[in-house]
Amino acid sequence: MLSSIILKVEDLTKVYETGLFKKKYITAVDKVSFNVSRGEIVSLVGESGSGKTTVAKIILRLLPPTSGRVFYNGEDIWEKKSIEDLKKYWREVHAVFQDPFASFNPVYKIDRVLEQAFNLMGTPVDENAIKEALKEVALLPSEVLGKYPHELSGGQRQRLMIARCFLLKPKLILADEPVSMVDASTRASIVNLFLRLRDEYKTSIIFITHDLGLAYFVSDRILIMYKGRIVEEGSPDELISSPKDAYTRSLLESVPLLYGKWAGF
Amino acid sequence: MSLLKAEGLRAYYNSPIGQVKAVEDISLSVEEDDFIGIAGESGCGKSTLANVLMMNIRPPLKLYGGRLFLNGEEISDKSRDYVKEKFWGTVISIVPQAALNSLMPTKRTKEFIIDVVQAHKKISEKEIIEMAKNKFIELGLSPSVLDLYPHELSGGMRQRVIIVASTILNPKVLIADEPTSALDVSTQKQVLKMMLDLQRKQSIRSTILITHDIAIQRQVCNKLIVMYAGRIVEYGNVDDVLYNPKHPYTKGLINSVLTPEPEVRRRGLMALFIPGEPPNLVNPPPGCSFHPRCPFAMPRCKSETPGLTYSGDRAVACWLYIL
Repeated sequence: MLSSIILKVEDLTKVYETGLFKKKYITAVDKVSFNVSRGEIVSLVGESGSGKTTVAKIILRLLPPTSGRVFYNGEDIWEKKSIEDLKKYWREVHAVFQDPFASFNPVYKIDRVLEQAFNLMGTPVDENAIKEALKEVALLPSEVLGKYPHELSGGQRQRLMIARCFLLKPKLILADEPVSMVDASTRASIVNLFLRLRDEYKTSIIFITHDLGLAYFVSDRILIMYKGRIVEEGSPDELISSPKDAYTRSLLESVPLLYGKWAGF
Repeated sequence: MSLLKAEGLRAYYNSPIGQVKAVEDISLSVEEDDFIGIAGESGCGKSTLANVLMMNIRPPLKLYGGRLFLNGEEISDKSRDYVKEKFWGTVISIVPQAALNSLMPTKRTKEFIIDVVQAHKKISEKEIIEMAKNKFIELGLSPSVLDLYPHELSGGMRQRVIIVASTILNPKVLIADEPTSALDVSTQKQVLKMMLDLQRKQSIRSTILITHDIAIQRQVCNKLIVMYAGRIVEYGNVDDVLYNPKHPYTKGLINSVLTPEPEVRRRGLMALFIPGEPPNLVNPPPGCSFHPRCPFAMPRCKSETPGLTYSGDRAVACWLYIL
């Protein structure tokens, strides 16, 4: 089974340094270790400031860790030096962020976002492949091509980012709060797209979210992060039916439920 | 007597591309002890409705029809200034969306509260501080917060300060527009608890809670209004609506809520999710505005708009239920 591990995070630590004269150190990520297997959906759940986005940034190689290592297919990602190596890494490890609007340059038509995927793959732009990818995410080419980012709704923009995933077919997707800015009715269709990527292409996905409900629904495994550490890990059902850590329990008690009712309220 | 009563309210934004029909034929009433949730997705008109309900109507928004009664007095025929002078803060109050950012960084909590209260009623600073202190103690908060600056407060505490400031004059109706959407779940629960306490201790007599998160409304509200494209599509007791939704949109909306509960996983997400996007309110679809996305649409739905039809204390605007 060892070969099915696609990403291995080992003792990852990130300490931020602030202050000009008097240095202050903030440990954002504290000895975090976990594995992600091929075709597995793992959620990293935590409240704001828990360090979950810092972990994502390190895995994406956007931020160097203070200590600890990240192995992708057995290779330490920080040992990749050449542009070619990096392009290959970013082709295989792809990010989908919270605010799709921030991922678009407002002065360019959105076609460019899709064409850049070909740049990353090093192949010429293939109009048909673009149309196919848009079809996968239920967008009509006439609806989106030739338009500017502000002309699309939040849901459309987020689906467009996922259309890129259908073009690139990455091995691992890091999705940082991918549905927190879209409405409930559109959220379902986006969540289903991620599930399809996993089922059809065996894509591994790391969901980074504060939303325990979303994590419970989509994940094979959930990691709960609190103050930079992973305090509990388990299958979704295990975790919500018998949480062991005190923080997990308090989190579960605070999440608004649809069917259950808060005690003492 | 209803604390707040709306009859057939219509309010549109006049924009160069046409009229945005954000509030279309809205009727509702708020009684004493009501904790009413208004649910719906972004752009369905819920925040506009909040402003219309307190006559906070300024161009480009304009009231085109309907009547509004606050505490028995008609206010829809009065000017915004008159309503502001006579009712805001004392009879009706609002915690607007993004109120969290409304604290002045250079002012202490108490100065902020004094500013807010004096905008509505001429009371001395000393008296206001005294009232604020009592309110804080009553709600189990430390009065020392009054001497702190906003940056010294957590997000949850800031929101509680804002809620205290808007309810210090004991208004009869409090409208809270997404009061917890920027907060973590644990702080969210504390803020909601405080809102319930305010009502139980009769500082306020009724609350309208606007949020996109139905799970929150399930926890704190007794009644639920579901809005779609500027209209009310369903209304009833919270449990009735959640366990037995009638309007196809309400069904879809409830089915797309993800909470960490086994029922949700069993139910699945595919069961009935809503395809497509909410309509443009400049040019909403004819007939029922939900028909292009509705799996049960009939020919009639494309041409005739169903009105909100009551049966007991439940109401739904859908041709499936109108004989």
